[in-house]
Formats: sequence, structure tokens, C-alpha cells
Amino acid sequence: MSYLTDSPIDSAALRRQVMRDSDGACVIFEGVVRNHHEGKRVESIFYDAYRPMAEKEIEKVIRSVELDFPGVAVAVLHRLGQLGIGDISITIACAAAHRADAYAASRAIIDRVKETVPIWKKERGPDGEEWVGWQGRC
Amino acid sequence: MKVRLLYFAILKDITGRSEAELTLPEGTLAGDVWTSMRNQYAQLAGYAQPPMIAVNEAYARPETRLRDGDELAFIPPVAGG
Repeated sequence: MSYLTDSPIDSAALRRQVMRDSDGACVIFEGVVRNHHEGKRVESIFYDAYRPMAEKEIEKVIRSVELDFPGVAVAVLHRLGQLGIGDISITIACAAAHRADAYAASRAIIDRVKETVPIWKKERGPDGEEWVGWQGRC
Repeated sequence: MKVRLLYFAILKDITGRSEAELTLPEGTLAGDVWTSMRNQYAQLAGYAQPPMIAVNEAYARPETRLRDGDELAFIPPVAGG
């Protein structure tokens, strides 16, 4: 089971992974490459990762959310490499008996992924390229 | 002792490489390696505190004592999702 891919993400496949007959709700979250960031134009994003550690950290996020929201079924897939505008960078599928848990689990997963998983993005635009998050630390 | 140091993202760009094998004295701490990297690369001079640190694919503190065969990585601010 890998949570990382170098290929376009098929969100419908993640939905099929999580859905059970007892589920009454499925929340699909897609992170998508947009054409702007902090007022600057973005033309593409390159995603890099410490792959084996990123796999472990995503696994930890999923386990922690499953503990917080018992009964929710979760699938996560993050894409790496060069992505264009409109491409899906991450899909999170959460299925539950009721919508409240599915929404909350989905939100918790993306928030925790952004905090702990060693994945980086370099934005490219007409003004050059920049690793997101690095300049702000100077 | 020998430690494998991995470079990612901005650190890969700054150093121009993806990994290095370091020969270090016994007792070297993870944070010590960051200090020597700062001294080596002018672009890192302003970063007194290391980014997050990983030893053997798990987050670790700068005071972590390295051992022979360890895999060390400095983790710049993450930006997944």
C-alpha cells in the first residue's frame, strides 16, 4: 500500500476503496494546483518528498484520524513530480455512516498532512521559482 | 562512524546533491551536522536553528546522538497537500 504516486490521481478509485454498505456519506477532498499564490502567478508546481518517511508519516496521520473518528474509512493518495494548473495533488476519501464524521475526518487529515509529512513544493511562474515556506523563515 | 545525509527540496538545490556519506567523530549530535552545513553554505548562514530533523525516517531532536549507519535528513518547512 503506497500513499504516493507519480501518476495522475483517479479520485473515483479512492472512493471505491473506502465505501462499505454501511456508509451513508463519502467526502472526497481534492487538493488542486491553482494559478496563483500570495499574489503571484503560478504556472506549475514540482512536488518533492522524502518518500519512505512520507509514507510512514501519512500512515501515522491516517491511524490518528481513525482513532479520533472510529468507524470512518480513509484513503489518501498524494502525487509527486511536475504538476500543472488544475492537476490533483492529493485526494482524501473518507466514508462514514453519517456526514459529520466524514467531513471532520477529511478536514483533520489534510490539516495533519500539511503539518508533518515531508513533502515540499516548488512553485514555478513568470517571475521564477521558489520553494514554498522557505523564504518566510529568513 | 559513517552517517548517510540526505538532502531534499531547497537543501538539494543549495548543495547540488541528493546525499552524502559523512565520516563523523563518535558523539556527534544531529544539530552539530546542521552547524557544519551552515558554515559550508553561505545561503544557510542565517539559519541558526536547523529545520526539522529526521534520523532513520523519524522526526528527532537536534540533541539526538548519531550512531554509525544512521540516515540523517534535515526537513525544510513541509508543504504537502
